[in-house]
Amino acid sequence: MTLNTILDALFPAGHAVAVANQVLAGEAQTAQGPVAVLGTTDAAAIDHAMALALAGTVLDTVEQHPGRPLVFLVDTSGQALSRIQELLCLNGSLAHLASCVDFARRQGHPSLALVTANAVSGGFLSFGLMADQAYALADAQVRVMDLRAMARVTKIAHERLVELAASSPIFAPGAASYQKMGAIAAIWPAPTAILLLEALREVAQSRDGGDQRQTLGTARGGRQLAAGVSGQVQHAVFAG
Amino acid sequence: MSLSIRHSWFEATARQRLAGLLDPGSFCEFLPPAVAQPSPHLAQLELPGAFDDGVVVGAGQLGGRLVLVAAQEGQFMGGAVGEIHGAKIVGLLRRAVAEKPAALLFLIDSGGVRLHEANAGLIAISEIMRAVLAARAAGVPVIALVGGSCGAFGGMGIVAKLCSAVVMSEEGRLALSGPEVIETVAGVEEFDAKDRALVWRVTGGKHRYLMDDCAALVDDDIAAFRNGASALLAGWQERPNTLASLRAEQVRLQGRLATYAGCRDGLEVWAALGVAEPARVPLLDCDELIALKEGLPT
Repeated sequence: MTLNTILDALFPAGHAVAVANQVLAGEAQTAQGPVAVLGTTDAAAIDHAMALALAGTVLDTVEQHPGRPLVFLVDTSGQALSRIQELLCLNGSLAHLASCVDFARRQGHPSLALVTANAVSGGFLSFGLMADQAYALADAQVRVMDLRAMARVTKIAHERLVELAASSPIFAPGAASYQKMGAIAAIWPAPTAILLLEALREVAQSRDGGDQRQTLGTARGGRQLAAGVSGQVQHAVFAG
Repeated sequence: MSLSIRHSWFEATARQRLAGLLDPGSFCEFLPPAVAQPSPHLAQLELPGAFDDGVVVGAGQLGGRLVLVAAQEGQFMGGAVGEIHGAKIVGLLRRAVAEKPAALLFLIDSGGVRLHEANAGLIAISEIMRAVLAARAAGVPVIALVGGSCGAFGGMGIVAKLCSAVVMSEEGRLALSGPEVIETVAGVEEFDAKDRALVWRVTGGKHRYLMDDCAALVDDDIAAFRNGASALLAGWQERPNTLASLRAEQVRLQGRLATYAGCRDGLEVWAALGVAEPARVPLLDCDELIALKEGLPT
């Protein structure tokens, strides 16, 4: 699905989104008013320039359009893999981007991310997973690493990983796993204006509750332990 | 550095680091063996677990003030973040919001996501990212201490840079992708992961300190980390992000991206910074390097 097809389907009332260096920036109309549209396309490998472009758009929106919702379209293959990027502390630029998204939330901007094609590790962490809620299109690829590479790194047989992936959302790649684990709110069969509006409403209603992903993961049966363990640490009696 | 005996931070376990970092006898662990459980996900893969799942969390005192602490154990699964490991850190950061300790000290020693629990690890790191920012927004300084054998890589590299400040040793490494990953994907010409001197010139504590990516550089010594963290906290005022502060950071990052665009090695960056003899940087001790940085043109 091309970017324009997705934009037309989400924003039939109109959109003006520019693409430069695989980074999207612009605005669109919805039945609930204008939204800022930003994100990446064509499986972008996020580098300093992309992270700073996204962060700049977030800050511009906070400054010029108080309260305007942020809609992130996520298509990233992860972070750029290069020595030059690491030399200038790529994790620092990704952290800056994450800080800007978090700041926008605190300033009253609801945010949602829609994974349109790929969402992989560092690229996903820096903005998609920082939004109030993340959604994914049905054929989206969401993962840390594919199972073959994972087999190589962990030295566990590929067949064994495939077998376990069938029953365990803990490491099976795919949007459905992330939904069970609480990190993706819903999977959309196709991009539509109605689903987007519903999502914007949901985000506006749930955003005061803080990060609810552990609780959702428990309720959906994907993460049985996280919420309980965090609670134990939070409330442990301190003898000191 | 005096001739007193050093206790290497790099070689110490997470528990040894905590014992030397905090006031003697003040540490209290929140999920001790009696109430903890090892990762069932590792057990499913027939891999050995650890009762603390590779991270020790608790409370203690630093110079008589209450601090919360999380210490990753690099010697267990490379300090990588799985479901329980991540949830312990998230719980500690949330506790900080309610308890308002003088600081939360985060002893990072981790390659990032634990691949055996990949999705749980990635989501947990995202939760840690938000929880660090929430603790800071509540006024609690979160100080990252990076000097272990696994450094701070992957998502934990991002987490380190979300903290209020980073204290590093020369031996510490802070980056996103590990050199091995870059070499595997992009080739040995791009990054030779076996060239240890190069790895440190790109990701190591001295380089990060010269570039202001860490706030303090200390010797590879547990007492030096304690002194470094104490000194940093002594005058620390945790300030919430503002539009102006984030704009200033944006300008700083854009500026240096333009300034150092062509550089491929720390040596080139240091020369551009105004270091007269960049080749000597790896030979300097901690105090000499701090003096050199203070003498640089601003």
